[in-house]
Amino acid sequence: MQRIGVFVCHCGSNIAATVDVKKVVEMARMEPGVVFADDYQYMCSEAGQAKIGAAIKEHNLTGIVVCSCSPRMHETTFRSCAKRYGLNPYMVEIANIREHCSWIHKDMQEATEKAVILARAAIAKVNLNAPLQAGESRVTKRALVIGGGIAGIQTALDIADAGYEVDIVEKTPSIGGRMSQLDKTFPTLDCSACILTPKMVDAAGHEKIKIYTYSEVEKVSGFVGDFTVDIRKKARSVDATKCTGCGVCQEKCPSKKTPSEFNRGLGNRSAIYTPFAQAIPNVPVIDREACIKFKTGKCGVCEKVCQAGAIDYAQQDEIITEKYGAIVVATGFDTIKLDKYDEYAYNQSKDVITSLELERVMNAAGPTKGHLERLSDGKAPKEIVFIQCVGSRCADARGKGYCSKICCMYTAKHAMLIRDKYPDVNVTVFYIDVRTPGKNFDEFYRRAVEEYGVNYIKGQVGKVAPQPDGSLLVQAADLLDNRQIKMKADMVVLATAIEPDPSVRGIATMLTASIDTNNFLTEAHPKLRPVESPTAGVFLSGVCQGPKDIPETVAQAGAAAVKVIGLLAKDKLTTNPCTAKPDELLCNGCGNCAKVCPYGAITYEVRQINDHGIREERRLATVNNALCQGCGACTVTCPSGAMDLQGFSNRQLIAEVDAICR
Amino acid sequence: MSEKKNQAKMVQEISGANPYKCMKCGKCSATCPSYDEMDIKPHQFVSYVQRGDIEALAQSKSLWKCLSCFACVERCPRDVEPGRIIDAARQIVVRQRGGNYLKAEEIPPLVDEDLPQQLLVSAYRRYKR
Repeated sequence: MQRIGVFVCHCGSNIAATVDVKKVVEMARMEPGVVFADDYQYMCSEAGQAKIGAAIKEHNLTGIVVCSCSPRMHETTFRSCAKRYGLNPYMVEIANIREHCSWIHKDMQEATEKAVILARAAIAKVNLNAPLQAGESRVTKRALVIGGGIAGIQTALDIADAGYEVDIVEKTPSIGGRMSQLDKTFPTLDCSACILTPKMVDAAGHEKIKIYTYSEVEKVSGFVGDFTVDIRKKARSVDATKCTGCGVCQEKCPSKKTPSEFNRGLGNRSAIYTPFAQAIPNVPVIDREACIKFKTGKCGVCEKVCQAGAIDYAQQDEIITEKYGAIVVATGFDTIKLDKYDEYAYNQSKDVITSLELERVMNAAGPTKGHLERLSDGKAPKEIVFIQCVGSRCADARGKGYCSKICCMYTAKHAMLIRDKYPDVNVTVFYIDVRTPGKNFDEFYRRAVEEYGVNYIKGQVGKVAPQPDGSLLVQAADLLDNRQIKMKADMVVLATAIEPDPSVRGIATMLTASIDTNNFLTEAHPKLRPVESPTAGVFLSGVCQGPKDIPETVAQAGAAAVKVIGLLAKDKLTTNPCTAKPDELLCNGCGNCAKVCPYGAITYEVRQINDHGIREERRLATVNNALCQGCGACTVTCPSGAMDLQGFSNRQLIAEVDAICR
Repeated sequence: MSEKKNQAKMVQEISGANPYKCMKCGKCSATCPSYDEMDIKPHQFVSYVQRGDIEALAQSKSLWKCLSCFACVERCPRDVEPGRIIDAARQIVVRQRGGNYLKAEEIPPLVDEDLPQQLLVSAYRRYKR
């Protein structure tokens, strides 16, 4: 028989205001096995834990139940408390009477009744608990970063600087990401390339960092500390060990009509290409869809002009298998498609562009060499209109429900830069709200208005209509002056909503990391564990977790790196002892459990057993405790009831249900 | 429930629109082809419903200047649909006057050459979905 102590927490007024804690204590005392019960204001505090410790000693407790908040919050706290006072940590059960009870109920009588029932269920379970011993697993001291933008680069640099090996996997031919496409950065207006390219060079030159560009993660198995990852290194058709990066092949390539991804389709590139001049690595790839040699078999110009003999048309995709202790997702973002926004005429006019396209137009290395010009006729615009919140803050099916966060600031930046370089150009910004929380952000926006004379009008644009004379008629509301505006513009720039890069869905599935309805990766805790995924060993960096600007991304990248370093610094990890355990006398060797196990933890082996005096060889399920995550899929699949989960046995769960229904 | 609240509730029920979803972006007013002729502007409709001032909406010129083109309904990023709100207010007025809708077969004899086609199109558009 167990000797159980029950500890009911007030959580200040969080629980005590809705649940009669004294009544819970009183009712718990009457449950079988309970030898002690008490309540306290904050059970998790030092004094509260001391109370638990004293009771363990004084009453020789063999198990305890804490009626408090969610086990996700403080199960670890109370388990380590029990351990400190000589009790096996797995003899602790939590009855969640906060999130599951006091926070969601209003009526005190009903809430108290429910709290008593929850406590009773936990007590029934502890009565059947047995001490468990946590095992150990090894840690591969190497990290994988998926995505080579500023988030991935910064995370990799920080991990590598701490002395650990890091691999970056980037799907495009170069690292650099979105930031490499930007012209200037707010709020200091320093040139994006000037601050990014040194970091790219640092990453490429770092002895601890290995970069796989033009590569994708194809398969992930294993668990925290011991992931095995297959990386597909796509065929570049160029031998990176021979290529000198001279660029002659790109110059001579006769196929030059492929829209440049880097320039957002505003210019063309050759079939053999590096995305931009400062690409790292400076080794081109052949786009086999566009290459004449691959399409018709005739051409081979690049091979002829390459002095280094680096062109290799026969190159194949390569699969690299590597082990990692931790994985960081840094897959970034893209702008949403504007097909559904006919009213802004994006698909009808070349002079309606997205803000990211404007970055390329304003960049000296961009399609117009940095000249601000209309893409339809090359003329200099005199009147430019910016439209905010295009697809952001939308409750309808066309856009995104969230604020994209970066648009207010980059629009102020664009408006300011245009007014600075072309003082005769009128700039009008139509906004719903101007959101500028951030250091020196509001000051920056005010400068656009006060010093640069940017015309900010509160009101959304209703429609943009291309006119026969080539101009654009913008019809908008001015809500503060209560008038409708019809004005002609030469260019319209849309602050288009951002969304997680589409590749993130597949990656999240491979990692069993959860994503929200907008495809942003979910944090382990929105406030207290913002850079960790709920999946152990998986960390989040950059916009894949939620919209954020460069300073925030860099800060989060560093935070993710620290979490990774904390993990890799350990020699061993404690494993969860709540794993599946088959009863070999009941196992009939059917193999169903191995089929449903998502972690590949179950194998079958032929062993000799002694079944009530009969010795025979049988095919039996065997669980690898290091791989088992305790999900329980096997226990419900097993037709003979041979599989059980330690710490969550069928008997324990039935006892809980019985206690609730009593 | 006060008469004011009652009327506001009626507008919400008839229109199926939730005025509290509005974020005051003004895209409806930016879109409206009859904006200049309206005394109460499309983006203001929601405030009148929130305040329960349906009487003012009923007295307004806007009620009869709205073409029911539903461009505001189409483009509203928040699904507030001001066009439906004014439509509902109009229905309340029509009902109070004891007015009746025409039956479909009564329409053709009434259509003459001078009647703007636009009017007919607008009328049918209301029942499109």
